[in-house]
Amino acid sequence: MNPHYQHLYDILAHSQGYIFPNEIDLQWGILIVVYPFITGLVAGAFILASLERVFKVKILKPTYQIALLTALSFLLVATLPLISHLSQPQRAYEIMITPHSSSAMAIFGFVYLWYLMVVLLLEIWFDYRHSMVVWANEKKGVMKYVYKILTLGVNDISPRTLKWDRKLGYIITVVGIPSAFILHGYVGFIFGSIKANPWWSTPLMPIIFLFSAMVSGISMVMLIYMVISWFRKKAIEVNVLDSIGKFLFFVLILDFTLEGLDQIQRIYEAEESFEIIKLLVSSKLYLTLFVSQGLIGTIIPLITLAFLQFYKHQIRLKKTIYFIIGLLVLVGVYSMRWNVVIGGQLFSKSFAGFTSFKVGLIGLDGTLMAAFWIILPFGILAFLLWLLPPWKMVEPEE
Amino acid sequence: MGNEKVKSSRRKFIKSAATLAGAAIGFSWLKSSQVLLYGAEPKDETLPWYGIVIDIQKCIGCGNCAKACKKENDVPVEPFFFRTWVEQYTVKNDGSVDIVSPNGGIDGFKQTVPDEDIFKSFFVPKMCNHCSKSPCIQVCPVGATYDSPEGVVLIDEKYCIGCRYCVQACPYGCRFIHPVKKVANKCTLCYHRLKKNLAPACMETCPTGARMYGNLRDKNSDLVKFLKEHTTQVLRPNLNTGAKLYYNALSSEVR
Repeated sequence: MNPHYQHLYDILAHSQGYIFPNEIDLQWGILIVVYPFITGLVAGAFILASLERVFKVKILKPTYQIALLTALSFLLVATLPLISHLSQPQRAYEIMITPHSSSAMAIFGFVYLWYLMVVLLLEIWFDYRHSMVVWANEKKGVMKYVYKILTLGVNDISPRTLKWDRKLGYIITVVGIPSAFILHGYVGFIFGSIKANPWWSTPLMPIIFLFSAMVSGISMVMLIYMVISWFRKKAIEVNVLDSIGKFLFFVLILDFTLEGLDQIQRIYEAEESFEIIKLLVSSKLYLTLFVSQGLIGTIIPLITLAFLQFYKHQIRLKKTIYFIIGLLVLVGVYSMRWNVVIGGQLFSKSFAGFTSFKVGLIGLDGTLMAAFWIILPFGILAFLLWLLPPWKMVEPEE
Repeated sequence: MGNEKVKSSRRKFIKSAATLAGAAIGFSWLKSSQVLLYGAEPKDETLPWYGIVIDIQKCIGCGNCAKACKKENDVPVEPFFFRTWVEQYTVKNDGSVDIVSPNGGIDGFKQTVPDEDIFKSFFVPKMCNHCSKSPCIQVCPVGATYDSPEGVVLIDEKYCIGCRYCVQACPYGCRFIHPVKKVANKCTLCYHRLKKNLAPACMETCPTGARMYGNLRDKNSDLVKFLKEHTTQVLRPNLNTGAKLYYNALSSEVR
């Protein structure tokens, strides 16, 4: 038998109650869980970088370029799980050429390109231009030409031009903050605007996505900063961690409050979908929602981060705790994406039953592929850090 | 002097243009905010504007409709892909509701609840509601799904990118991804047959005449007459999809 049909017969055997026959085949799998996770990391990392630049949080300087390059690495991969999930990927370009104006999804290509070309690439270019000109003069062989090409022929490093670089970079960062908000708020809107699905349909969805994006991006940059310092055999500055930790703590509180509000509203209003959603969260999503997202990803990090604000001893231990917290928060945000994307498809729109979801290991829609899309950005980041090492940047003379 | 004249005529022109524009905007706003019984009206008045009626009291749950639909429209026989299917509702004396649709009702139904426990039982055929404000059309990122001039929701199979957003957006579970064609698929009200003045396959084969289609614009059509004389209801009216599939004798358990 066709393996797809075999899979569907297995699912059918595990479904509960009544579901519409077309709902047995769950449409958006693990790749669509990975997509908002990756996009969230981009938006979060960028917002952390902007914090340093626009709000002049000087202490975060060591993480500034790391955050920008992290955002770029993940952004380059963000579209790939989406495109590979299409059943007609060769037609994906149609979304750019003939976008349907009333579709939330149609705007994706434009939001993405705006963010990649206008915000991230330009900002990184302005940041690195001075260094790239210097490196092009210093290096020999192929690398000399690589940097020459990267400067796009703009070799003027007079103080006046460098001042302009900084000015323009600053303007782009200012434009970039709302852009990052739009990028991820928009991803939330893709789900939040589906009135057919009561688990998704809430005006809070874009905001919840945004804050969870910030939470994940901040944690990811913190982890990457620690790993890079460890590789470079440089001391991890605990001040930097404290400062990121404080920021993470506040954003996590906001995120928790928003998600709590959303749930309280659902429980209190108790609309027609309430019974099925109650069953959903208390059975199918119990582990991923209460344990993974709630306890591991939110409550434990919140309590620990609050404690770390006062804890001044044993710096080594403190760093280890920060590292663990970063990981836990990422697990929590990934679970949140899972709960939204998969959770929203587990219950029938008849509100009378559940389908089940089994993710395979191999195949384009399998766990290994999803893991590949999450790991790939780290490879890109390693390359970017080698090509554009933040620690070798030429500091302009003030 | 001459300058003044030009100025005043220009002023007049601007005034009348503004009035016209204001009237146009006002009129279009009025039109769009009208609560139309049948949703959007067709642009081409010479064409019919199709609606559907399903009379639950007439459905005997034979499943001929679902079977004929699969044959007519090249839908795989596996029980996961249906353009139309039949559900059996059994409301028990204790108030609980059993809903089943084994193989979409194609093989008929067997009542498993003992007679003495049954409060009432009935069949509900389901199919695309051909909504006039359809969420599936709204969300399609490339415009591959669209309204025909007759108000039938169709899919351009050569254009669909297979993102599945429309499947998520349909509140009635009427869409699926065709496992062979790898694009979205759904009821077309047998558009290919309608164009030849033939009834949709499901209606052609229904032995009791439980399904009816007709022109909502023609106030003398059997369909409009039926709607006038019966208390009909659409599914999920709270979602304001402008559904054009009206059920007669719809029970509140049905979603």
